[in-house]
Amino acid sequence: MWKWLHPYANPEVSYHFTNKLLPWLSVLSAIFLSIGLVWALLFAPADYQQGHSFRIFYIHVPAASLSMGIYFAMAVAAFSSLVWQLKLADASAAAMAPVGASFTAIALITGAAWGKPMWGTWWIWDARLTSELILLFLYLGVIALHNAFEDKNLAGKAAGILTLVGVINIPIIKYSVDWWNTLHQGSTVSKLGKPSMSLDMLWPFIFCFIGFSLLVGVIICLRFRNEILARNSIRPWVRELVKNNSSQ
Amino acid sequence: MTLKAQSTHETENIVGKIDKILIDEALIESTANDSSPLISSAQPLQPLSYRHAFMLVLKRDLTIAMRHKDDMINPLLFFVIVVTLFPLGIGPEAQTLSRIAPGIIWVAALLATLLSLDRLFKSDHHDGSLEQMLLSPHPIFILVLAKIFAHWLITGLPLILIAPLLAVLLHLDENSYTALLLTLLLGTPVLSLLGAVGVALTVGIKKGGVLLSLLVLPLYIPVLIFATSAIDTAALGLPYSGQLAIIAALFFGSLTLAPFAVGAALKVSTN
Amino acid sequence: MNTLSKKNATPLISAKKLTCIREERLLFDELSLQINPGDIVQVEGPNGSGKTSLLRILSGLSQPYDGKIFYKEQLISRCREEFHQNLLYFGHLSGVKGEMTAEENLDFNLALHGYNTEDSLANLAKVNLSGFEDSLASHLSAGQHRRIALARLYQSTVPIWILDEPFTAIDKQGVASLEQLFTLHAQRGGCVILTTHQDLISIKPEQIKKITLDYSYDSALD
Repeated sequence: MWKWLHPYANPEVSYHFTNKLLPWLSVLSAIFLSIGLVWALLFAPADYQQGHSFRIFYIHVPAASLSMGIYFAMAVAAFSSLVWQLKLADASAAAMAPVGASFTAIALITGAAWGKPMWGTWWIWDARLTSELILLFLYLGVIALHNAFEDKNLAGKAAGILTLVGVINIPIIKYSVDWWNTLHQGSTVSKLGKPSMSLDMLWPFIFCFIGFSLLVGVIICLRFRNEILARNSIRPWVRELVKNNSSQ
Repeated sequence: MTLKAQSTHETENIVGKIDKILIDEALIESTANDSSPLISSAQPLQPLSYRHAFMLVLKRDLTIAMRHKDDMINPLLFFVIVVTLFPLGIGPEAQTLSRIAPGIIWVAALLATLLSLDRLFKSDHHDGSLEQMLLSPHPIFILVLAKIFAHWLITGLPLILIAPLLAVLLHLDENSYTALLLTLLLGTPVLSLLGAVGVALTVGIKKGGVLLSLLVLPLYIPVLIFATSAIDTAALGLPYSGQLAIIAALFFGSLTLAPFAVGAALKVSTN
Repeated sequence: MNTLSKKNATPLISAKKLTCIREERLLFDELSLQINPGDIVQVEGPNGSGKTSLLRILSGLSQPYDGKIFYKEQLISRCREEFHQNLLYFGHLSGVKGEMTAEENLDFNLALHGYNTEDSLANLAKVNLSGFEDSLASHLSAGQHRRIALARLYQSTVPIWILDEPFTAIDKQGVASLEQLFTLHAQRGGCVILTTHQDLISIKPEQIKKITLDYSYDSALD
């Protein structure tokens, strides 16, 4: 039994570590999100130009920046998996991909919803929205490739290579889309810009941002735990765990 | 010497089942005296030059393509037909068509390349020659580069040759012809290189075709943007060397990086 | 320990604690082995027991779930090119292209691995394919495809031969000739690792090392 445990200690340790981490992350995220959202949606002042529709900014911007951030985190995980053969890194990348895709989708939907009152149309080929759409395609590609392999290890490696190819391409795509946008659009539409925020807008935004980041952490931890269990289903400690859980 | 190994079926009670594996140790009275000696050190019979390996694979792939011409002709026909569909769908006004001609030609070229990508590794994977290439003493990137170059010669080059004809059908602005040819010349190799990464990743998957387009098309966006913009700029009579330079940069970037990604992906796919 | 392995201190291929998992099934676990010059190793086991997986792992095509493979005590990932210069792998798939003739196929295969192609006609004759040199491989049978691929063996001077089912679709005479070739190869200091469903006839049983892979079907799923 111990002979078995020893070489595979790593996943087990990380499983229990995420287990301990989870309650803290969940509580913190709940606190930050409830303060941030209530403040942002009810008490923060409305924008003098856009009125209340501006409040969607408190969701849109965190989602958009997290969608990028998660992709880079995936790339780091993919890199360490390919270079140092860390199997856990694969599992973490697999855990992150759908979360990243969801946040990209949230950013797109909120962007469109924001566009409706501002421009009178749901979709506009704004440079940022377009980049975000392409990022969604990249995410979906990684997820689809991951699902296409039956062997989880191979799936992780293949998706990792694609993630790295994607991460090299993201700046190029972003640059080309920005360039294309200025070329075709002239100065008709003001972009979803960085408004110079007053402090009573900035603070709720910071709370929202931290809250959403923690929420991402919580979801990734949950998924990471499942990935570890799925990949180690033949290990004794997993079987032990299942037995204990079902007997409770 | 007795070797033991334990094996277990699925998620079974692992420790319980231990199968003894015996290796019958044979006393081999080896008389390795006569017969031709084996090379034991790294001394190949022929010098393994990069150029030699590259030409070998290139020649083979071109031979195969020459004897299997529909691989070459079908994407080309697809290219022509897709381009013909647009005037039928949009209407024959010369002005509209010449406005959207660069986009149509380039999107059709993207799709035609995508369609032809399958042949890059698929048949080699099916019949096992891909394994043999991966096990050859040559660096994988040389072999991969040779295959991609062959693929471009077979599918990319014919696209470039037929593009002016389609440009006539779409009333492309006369100033734009050189730009069209130059962007295709620099851009189609990028499509082959990036596409190769996608094929290498999906070659082991049974229904990889649709997946391939999902993986590869987003990566083609920069080429599309800069190529069509170069053609548009040329139509206005303005210099478009900036866009060309960017496409050239994309070409050299993918030329250096893609073969390594393809090699890594092929190793995963043949696993 | 036999006399041979004492004489040659370094084994050609050795593996330490290989574990292989396919589709969540443990095929073998902590398998260690050592293959010396002069060994003929037959991997045995029922279908699905991981014979092919083991050969692919030894050749470096597949990565094991865990464990290491060494070529002359060097990790094969560290000396890929040197290892591949000393390895001949023959898999389930013959690697023969239907669009090329028998001779072109063999020539490419030889040239890819760094051999000259002068004797390829003679080698095709050795596998009973004289007269078919210029036929397109797509017109030949599966057995003939395998023989085209096997023709490389007659010219091979690399020490490590890893052969997955080399006798499939080969007639009796061909099998005998191949067995003779294996004995010769072992005598000149090479090693042969092979899987086969039939017994090796002309090779003396005491010359053959056997690795038996045998997982047990356990019906008690919980």
